[in-house]
Amino acid sequence: MPMSLYYNVGAESDLGTPAPDPGAATVSLKIDGIPIAVPGGASVLRAAALAGVGVPKLCATEDLAAFGSCRLCLVEIEGRKGYPASCTTLVEAGMEVRTQTPRLAELRRNVMELYISDHPLDCLTCSANGDCELQDMAGAVGLREVRYGYEGANHLDKPKDQSAPYFAFDPAKCIVCSRCVRACEEQQGTYALTIGGRGFASEVMASQNEPFAASECVSCGACVKACPTATLMEKSVVAHGQPERAVITTCAYCGVGCSFRAELQGDRLVRMVPDRNGKANHGHSCVKGRFAFGYATHKDRVTSPMIRDSIDQPWRKVGWAQAIDTAAQRLRGIQERWGRKAIGGVTSSRCTNEEVYVVQKFVRAALGNNNVDTCARVCHSPTGYGLKTTLGESAGTQNFDSVMQTDVILLVGANPTEAHPVFASLMKRRLSQGAQLIVVDPRAIDLVDSPHVRAQFHLQLKPGTNVAVINALAHTVIDEGLEDEAFIRSRCEWDAYQTWRAFISEPRNSPEALAEAIGAPAAQLRAAARLYAKAGNAAIYYGLGVTEHSQGSTMVLGIANLAMATGNLGREGVGVNPLRGQNNVQGACDMGSFPHEFSGYRHLSDAVVRGKFEADWGVQLDPKPGYRIPNMFDAAIAGEFKGLYVQGEDFAQSDPDTQHIYAALSAMECVIVQDLFLNETAKFAHIFLPGCSFLEKDGTFTNAERRISPVRKVMAPLTGLDEWRITCRLSTAMGYPMDYRHPSEIMDEIARLTPNFQGLSYELLNEVGSVQWPCNAAAPEGTPLMHVQEFVRGKGYFAPTPYVPTEERSTARYPLLLTTGRVLSQYNVGAQTRRTEAVAYHREDRLEMHPADAEVRGIVDGSWVGVKSRAGETVLRAKVTDRVQPGVLYTTFHHPESGANVITTDNSDWATNCPEYKVTAVQAYPVSKPSEWQEMFRRFAVKQERLAAPVAAGGAGASLAPAATGRKEGLETAKAES
Amino acid sequence: MTVAAGKLVRMAEQITANLAHTDDYGIVSAKVADHLNRFWDPRMRQALLEYAGREANSLSPALRMALPQLRDGGE
Ligand code: SF4
Ligand code: SF4
Ligand code: SF4
Ligand code: FES
Repeated sequence: MPMSLYYNVGAESDLGTPAPDPGAATVSLKIDGIPIAVPGGASVLRAAALAGVGVPKLCATEDLAAFGSCRLCLVEIEGRKGYPASCTTLVEAGMEVRTQTPRLAELRRNVMELYISDHPLDCLTCSANGDCELQDMAGAVGLREVRYGYEGANHLDKPKDQSAPYFAFDPAKCIVCSRCVRACEEQQGTYALTIGGRGFASEVMASQNEPFAASECVSCGACVKACPTATLMEKSVVAHGQPERAVITTCAYCGVGCSFRAELQGDRLVRMVPDRNGKANHGHSCVKGRFAFGYATHKDRVTSPMIRDSIDQPWRKVGWAQAIDTAAQRLRGIQERWGRKAIGGVTSSRCTNEEVYVVQKFVRAALGNNNVDTCARVCHSPTGYGLKTTLGESAGTQNFDSVMQTDVILLVGANPTEAHPVFASLMKRRLSQGAQLIVVDPRAIDLVDSPHVRAQFHLQLKPGTNVAVINALAHTVIDEGLEDEAFIRSRCEWDAYQTWRAFISEPRNSPEALAEAIGAPAAQLRAAARLYAKAGNAAIYYGLGVTEHSQGSTMVLGIANLAMATGNLGREGVGVNPLRGQNNVQGACDMGSFPHEFSGYRHLSDAVVRGKFEADWGVQLDPKPGYRIPNMFDAAIAGEFKGLYVQGEDFAQSDPDTQHIYAALSAMECVIVQDLFLNETAKFAHIFLPGCSFLEKDGTFTNAERRISPVRKVMAPLTGLDEWRITCRLSTAMGYPMDYRHPSEIMDEIARLTPNFQGLSYELLNEVGSVQWPCNAAAPEGTPLMHVQEFVRGKGYFAPTPYVPTEERSTARYPLLLTTGRVLSQYNVGAQTRRTEAVAYHREDRLEMHPADAEVRGIVDGSWVGVKSRAGETVLRAKVTDRVQPGVLYTTFHHPESGANVITTDNSDWATNCPEYKVTAVQAYPVSKPSEWQEMFRRFAVKQERLAAPVAAGGAGASLAPAATGRKEGLETAKAES
Repeated sequence: MTVAAGKLVRMAEQITANLAHTDDYGIVSAKVADHLNRFWDPRMRQALLEYAGREANSLSPALRMALPQLRDGGE
């Protein structure tokens, strides 16, 4: 059965306490006379639930460790005195448990009576009506009267706290079960909540009794899900009422790939609740996936296709048929005039695997060339290169849960609490159990020093010296005899290892020789290397701080070398793990989006592989690589690349050296943009094909642990056309018919042509929830850990990693180094998150600067700063902080008018052309007005807005105004003040 | 003309520098050629060869040695 419209699921079950650790022996017992066998370590409450016996409970939930405070789950156990709480009592062999006796009923009624006497009785108008465990329990215990009266001291007039953007806190309804406090500690690891006061006066408070918005709360929503009453409640539920149905789907924001229950009333999405059965997130989520879905129905969504002849003309709304015919004609025309290779396409890692697959197929089969690339070019392409070269597969080696077996975590150039929040929570849980942490980052990220987590080492390197660090660490391992020779001998190419060993042992790779370049003491580098090498289980996690450098690929090679040299691959708790940025980066790469390879990372020149595709697709395929994105732009400027089909990608904001990209886009004859919004790139487009949000699609996403999870349609496409169908119709119009009836047929084709996906189908996903590739005859339900017996390439390959400093160096003219990153509440270019309440958290991109650098320049916190590189100039507001080192600046790029990429340069990774976002030499100085580029940006935005105005009428409109205007106003105010 | 020659040369020299873990140009040049053959569009290889025809002396020795190992330039 294909996944299709409205794959509804029932209510989420709650067995009361977490599943015990796997592997325990089974225990047999009887509950109310019913015999049951459960794993040892389970609670009596859980065993009862598994036997189908519901025991009343309030403070217990499957997501949290048992607490035993409400005394509602009391039971009687044969041979024991008293009435133990079943949530904190573990099963024992031969136990005979009674859950229903007159005495238990009386005790439970007494407990409920006390709760209800201090609880408002507005059930009928309460937002939780129908989804309130207190209400359910009052019913379950048969509460009929409350003897204490409601007049005594109570909490009923406590004011509501509405300060958090997405949920409300109504303390009058609180029963002080502390589920929220425990959720914030155990699931999220933020420790924002406490129970203050004692006895009757006890109450839940955020931080030092502050409003939620002012507290440490990061709005993950765990406490809201945990709360059994209406005390903590999603504002969307308060506004719209309880949902009626639920569909299991996958978050479309980051590479963690959390599984969610999309809960709806008819077609209206009321809330997104993390799915307890989700194997990547185990019922947890972050603010983006949980709450930031409003963009899907934002008024800026364009829902009708549009065309124009030139970017100086107004847009015209047209029907799908006309838009597709026009696109096909123009692309064909360009090929006739300029040659087959003068056009190409770009796939998006925000789209589903199926949508990506058809776009790369369209380019190779219908356009007849290999000019296809994906936005992973600008983030994780070095991961593909580096891990394929050393281990044989372009993907992370572990599942997320593996971190729970890790003794030492080496975290390089990644900021999981901001960028991969749900995985960060898991990591924090492991760290609070005693695992140790080494952070390699120019900036003091939160994990360096936060409540309950502190890094043993923070190697605060200068931007651009990653390879120096990894070489110094590996040198120490060899120099001090810490390598795992048995592992190397049995698992790796011995000759290559000898070459590498000789190279890495050279004095130039020693910590002593590199310390100055790195900016960290040699002794610290050596100590960190020892900690990693002697850990037992050591795991490396890394992010864009590794890849987005001119030596990004070398660094990935170096990371894999270090893991191989110390035997930290091929089992639980170890490995090499790229943390992927966007939701489907892994999938977009897997699907054959790179110009040199087919799906499953197989090079075009492999005649056997190519033959399979040619036979299946019924066309001749070009065996030579096409252009990468930056090559396309260069060729466009050179006048020989003329047309581009862009799937959900926004180069004009996200790619480096904005002015170069503007020039390239302006030089093309036909730019086709397929997106939800008229994004920055669409301002240069001639044809706009409106896309669908993840709520309107069937398909799959693949997360950073290679997990393929279903995306399910919860509402019909607002545009009237599925996104994969747009590509298929375009292809058909160009003479290469594609006639899939459903995305499941696209997946069947992927499985047929790609060995790693051979066993995959929608049936399997519906059955088991999600699958980690490789999924084939040898691993019918997927592969959580890779390289267990041997590496995918056979023997592991040690690749030498010479440290070649970037050409982007600080000079007298540009004495500072700028590096870039992201914040929790915003996502990438922010096109989605800026169109949600999330703007409350991050209204503008700020420039972080060390106090010493600020002082010499006369810059104060909050003032406007000009930033100039050899590529361009922009203006940002200063945030003076010692999170950054002297000489280093840091900013984010979530808002287009910040122009962060006006200053990043075209320098790129040597192997993959992944841009060097992380290092730009700049100068900074106080200013009073926006940069020339920003003036130009504004004029251009205003003009494009005018050109879109005619189609903006009627709701399905288009607005090009930046969605968050805080910054614009800010600039104006600053001008007025100066 | 495809991608500007200056840019291609810069990229090719970066590839060469990052593969140059030894002074043995024979080893390095083979790796460089393999990389360019695997990952570059033939039009870019062709443009690099044309540039080298004019300005061979401005290229680093290992890159120069790699050029004859490039497969078919154009089509
Ligand atoms: S939303 Fe998350 S971070 Fe905020 S208080 Fe609740 S559990 Fe803690
Ligand atoms: S807010 Fe909800 S979860 Fe927290 S203590 Fe009160 S009732 Fe329990
Ligand atoms: S953004 Fe990432 S961590 Fe947050 S809910 Fe979505 S997938 Fe999970
Ligand atoms: S559910 Fe067991 S004591 Fe509350």
